[in-house]
Amino acid sequence: MTAIAPYRSAVGPGRDGFAQLVHAEWTKFRTVRGWVVTILVAALLTVGVDFLNHSQCGTVINGIQVGGCPQAPIGPNGEAVTDNFYFLHKPLTGDGTITVRVTSLAGLYPPTGGVQSSPSGQSPLAGLKPGVQPWAKAGIMIKASTAQGAAYASMLVTGGNGVRMQYDYTGDIAGLPGAASAASPRWLRLVRNGNTVSGYDSLDGAHWDLVGSVQLSGLPKTAQAGLFTASPSYTVINQSLGGGSGAGGPTLATAAFDHVGLSWPGGALAGTSVGGGGDAAAGTGAGGPFNGSFRQVGTAAFTVSGSGDIAPDVTVAPDGNGSNLTQTLDASTFFGLIAMLVIGAMFITAEYRRGLIKTTLAASPRRGRVLAAKALVIAAVTFVTGLIATAIALPVGAAVLRGGGNWIAPVPGLTEARMIVGTAALMAVASVLALAIGVITRRGVAAVSATIVLIAVPFLLVIIPGVLPAGVQDWLVRIFPVAGFAIQQEFPAYHQVLGNYAPGFGYYPLAPLAGFAVLCAWAAVALAAAAYLLRRRDA
Amino acid sequence: MSRAGVVTDPVPGAVTGPVIGAGLVSLRDVLHAEWTKLRTVASTYWLLLAAVALTIAVGAAAAAAFGCQPGACAPARTGADPAKISLTGVYLGQAVVAALAVLAIGDEYATGMIRVTLAAVPRRLTVLAAKAAVLTGGVVAASVVAVGGSVLAGRLILPGRGLGTANGYQLLSLGNGPDLRAAAGSVIYLALIALLALGVTAAVRDAGAAIGVVLGLLYLFPIITAVIPDHVLARHLQQLAPMTAGLYIQATVGIQSLPLTPWQGLGVLAAWAVGALALGAVVLRRRDA
Repeated sequence: MTAIAPYRSAVGPGRDGFAQLVHAEWTKFRTVRGWVVTILVAALLTVGVDFLNHSQCGTVINGIQVGGCPQAPIGPNGEAVTDNFYFLHKPLTGDGTITVRVTSLAGLYPPTGGVQSSPSGQSPLAGLKPGVQPWAKAGIMIKASTAQGAAYASMLVTGGNGVRMQYDYTGDIAGLPGAASAASPRWLRLVRNGNTVSGYDSLDGAHWDLVGSVQLSGLPKTAQAGLFTASPSYTVINQSLGGGSGAGGPTLATAAFDHVGLSWPGGALAGTSVGGGGDAAAGTGAGGPFNGSFRQVGTAAFTVSGSGDIAPDVTVAPDGNGSNLTQTLDASTFFGLIAMLVIGAMFITAEYRRGLIKTTLAASPRRGRVLAAKALVIAAVTFVTGLIATAIALPVGAAVLRGGGNWIAPVPGLTEARMIVGTAALMAVASVLALAIGVITRRGVAAVSATIVLIAVPFLLVIIPGVLPAGVQDWLVRIFPVAGFAIQQEFPAYHQVLGNYAPGFGYYPLAPLAGFAVLCAWAAVALAAAAYLLRRRDA
Repeated sequence: MSRAGVVTDPVPGAVTGPVIGAGLVSLRDVLHAEWTKLRTVASTYWLLLAAVALTIAVGAAAAAAFGCQPGACAPARTGADPAKISLTGVYLGQAVVAALAVLAIGDEYATGMIRVTLAAVPRRLTVLAAKAAVLTGGVVAASVVAVGGSVLAGRLILPGRGLGTANGYQLLSLGNGPDLRAAAGSVIYLALIALLALGVTAAVRDAGAAIGVVLGLLYLFPIITAVIPDHVLARHLQQLAPMTAGLYIQATVGIQSLPLTPWQGLGVLAAWAVGALALGAVVLRRRDA
């Protein structure tokens, strides 16, 4: 009897590290032609949607652009700003102090539905109703020059938000609450010390509180200092069924100042309409009522009227201009994303359908690692595809908009990088969420429909007007995976500028990274549930 | 491929036993077969139940979420459309209906059952027609419950949210022409969504991909029309989009400002459904199962 040696394969045992697992999953992905084609289609869709945006500004005559959207001035920090107000000022060389008492701030605004076109010869103010805008501003200012976009610091009273210290368009610090009136006036003081400007407020002119102290970079030795008034355009935002801002129009505010005290000598105060010289018919041109004016009513007392705003330019504000790339990016991302979600879910459900999962798990019995390898492969594929597609889509979208005569507000390079990388990360995390739901349901139809519904329906209910009230929409965009789209937000929302800050207009209630974290939390929870079920269940 | 289901004896005259179902397979038999397939799958009931529950729940939630400042609840101020708000759930319910329709034929491709089906009934268009008929029946039955429940929920909830007769709104009632149009139209809408999904799946032949195509078709149009600032293009897209146009049937307020009349809108969806079914029929006939 000869003992027969049992058969041993000549092939040595292979390594079964995580790298081999990832390689196996990558091979599974790239060898399915339909998936590779779909991923490429997703990239093309992401870029292609840009070309649908034929938004026009101005008119095109014989293919040549005539006119275009007005360009906003650029503030000291590089952002687009609104800078229209009436300034009663004189030069300030070196250090100095301005003190003033504000005894009233009154205003005029158009009725809902706008002013009916008034017959010629009638004042553009006819038909306006008395009332002051909550963010109408009057106070004192030290500004680098009277040019639009120049650096400044100011102490001001508002129509409905108390005393504020505002500086360089985006800065806003709250001071004393309440409105200024003859019975309860507000004292304001600005002190310049080199490049530093400090703002104080007081109820009695004797006890002063420091509101804030700011550094103004690029403040020249001789700056302009004095009194100012501004009143932003009126708008009605229908909050009961989100979206849709109503008609509005320019408003006018008039403030009464007395006890005007300037610590430096030299010359009388001169009036300048900063950013003035608008449309004469609309009353914003020279001499028009919305151009602003002043009147001296005593030795150190003035009334100053003005219209406009000194604030960051917000594209969704009634007088905002420029276009917002987030909106285009949202739409193009959704097109690419739906295709990626289908791939993400099918990457696992196809294995269940074909029975390949049994082979996969026999070859690599540690199931958690299989899931991790799959998640890594699908995340990497969608991230890279999304990165390339968005890096092309964003500049192309901007070029298409510019081609239509639109002016595009400048975006800091870091924000643009965050939008591009964030979109790719959004696609990757959402695809992992689809994969996890695929493991949980094990069926293609259930996984694909659940994922798409989870991501798209809350967004739909938010952007379709007339269905849900704004408050509920806000919460949908906070708690559902669509919160992740906040990473594409281009401009911050400013509480000191009224605007329709809605997701449909490219503004999200959560901060970019916080919103993205919500999406990540969904993916993490789904992945944990998937890992648990994959271990517990028979394949 | 043999055209008819005629069973001929191999040897003339040598009948060895009763030939079951000898003769043409009638449309009635095919309908019966499809009905059996649909009703013996547990997922059918779960999906129909989910469609009903989700539609009513979301509609009731949307109605309960409505709010207006006291004194600002007049129809001219809110622009609210009670019928449309109550029927918000259709946005979600349609996804479940689409999934049911996709599975009706997609599952046959997944399991290989389609080969048995087509061997038994070689007239492929008959199979598709029977599937469409059976599916429509099931979806209409569920939709009547879902839409009826949503209207009832809206009728009960909305007056408490400021949309009552006190503020000048009519109580939701199927006796009102526009409300009836919104409700009956929503039922037809859901049935058309099922047919659209059936047609797409017959063409795509993979359930997962098909539901992706259907939901993309439904949901992507409104997303793009909402964000592009080009109003002319947006209006054209709204007239073309299966979901946006189809859901105009739910409007009872501000119909003049819609890009299409409610029935025209539903017609657009019907055209999509017919187109998808035609495409599915061509693919089903031309390609190997």
